Amino acid sequence: MNFHNQIPIYLQIAEHIGEQILTQRWKPDDKIPSIRELAVQLEVNPNTVQRTYDFLQTQEVIFTKRGLGYFVAPNGEQNYLNWRKETFIQNELPIFFKQIRLLKMSFEELEKRFYEHENI
Amino acid sequence: MIHLDNVSFSYEKKPLFLGLTMYLQSGHIYGLLGENGVGKTTLLKLLAGLVFPKGGMCKVLEHEPRHRKPSFMSQLYFVADEPHLPHSTAARYADTYGVFYPNFDKSLYLDYLKEFQVPAEQVFSKLSFGQRKKVVISFALATNVPLVLMDEPTNGLDIPSKSTFRRIVAGAMTDERSIVISTHQVRDLDSLIDAVLILHQGKIVYNEDLNALADKATAQPNLENLFQEVIQFH
Repeated sequence: MNFHNQIPIYLQIAEHIGEQILTQRWKPDDKIPSIRELAVQLEVNPNTVQRTYDFLQTQEVIFTKRGLGYFVAPNGEQNYLNWRKETFIQNELPIFFKQIRLLKMSFEELEKRFYEHENI
Repeated sequence: MIHLDNVSFSYEKKPLFLGLTMYLQSGHIYGLLGENGVGKTTLLKLLAGLVFPKGGMCKVLEHEPRHRKPSFMSQLYFVADEPHLPHSTAARYADTYGVFYPNFDKSLYLDYLKEFQVPAEQVFSKLSFGQRKKVVISFALATNVPLVLMDEPTNGLDIPSKSTFRRIVAGAMTDERSIVISTHQVRDLDSLIDAVLILHQGKIVYNEDLNALADKATAQPNLENLFQEVIQFH
């Protein structure tokens, strides 16, 4: 995984986990990799993965069973979507809006392109 | 784990450290950054008991490194920039030197060598600089000592080996252990380092936990920019 500097690495790892959940690769109540396993896989400091897991627990995306590890929460997908949508609206949409205004693109054109993209 | 207070050090008459103070905890991978000639290697040698301070207090793992007691030397490993190895092979090296470290794990050492693709039965003189360096790194982490000091460990490692290095170090970290890595190649290690030390003009001018920093900021701190800003400010 390649990291960038736009947002903290622990949140980039949270998005990586969120993608596994949204694409159903990890389903509710599935066990997810341990902190050490994910740290090795992503070549990052285990303390950073620990931060990610702490964060996702407070968002109720994952939960821990003492001694057994971490699991996808029953409402993990919805809870992840709620958080991710909020950060998307706050951080990424304004940049997108600014670009379409600068490039003078209409909503009709966007809509057309959106459906073209969906059909790929 | 490490406490240096008001440490001074000089080579002959040229003072290098003056009033150097730092406090390091276990469970972190510290990145030691600094300009050329600022004394990063000397600082690591000071922690390892290879050079002695002229003044101040230097406490590492509850010991004064300069006494070089066996009970201290068996708890830390110093990976030098240039790997110094005897006439031997990686496999035989473990049998000769592993005994100095009570928690040395030979099978872990052989696993690391395999991951680095270093032939364990080859004599060291037939190995490249990078491969010898990988032997020393593998040995250092397999000793399971609480303190590992590494001087420019990714120097001489090719791109896939740098990735292997990050994987191995990430897997070797525990809450009881600390790794201090001096480096110029911050990009090789910026996902691995979780605390930054900046050595500048004879002092540690910066010592911060990156995860705490990332919490306050909305972006991941860029280590190169951070370094530039800190040394400009001082």
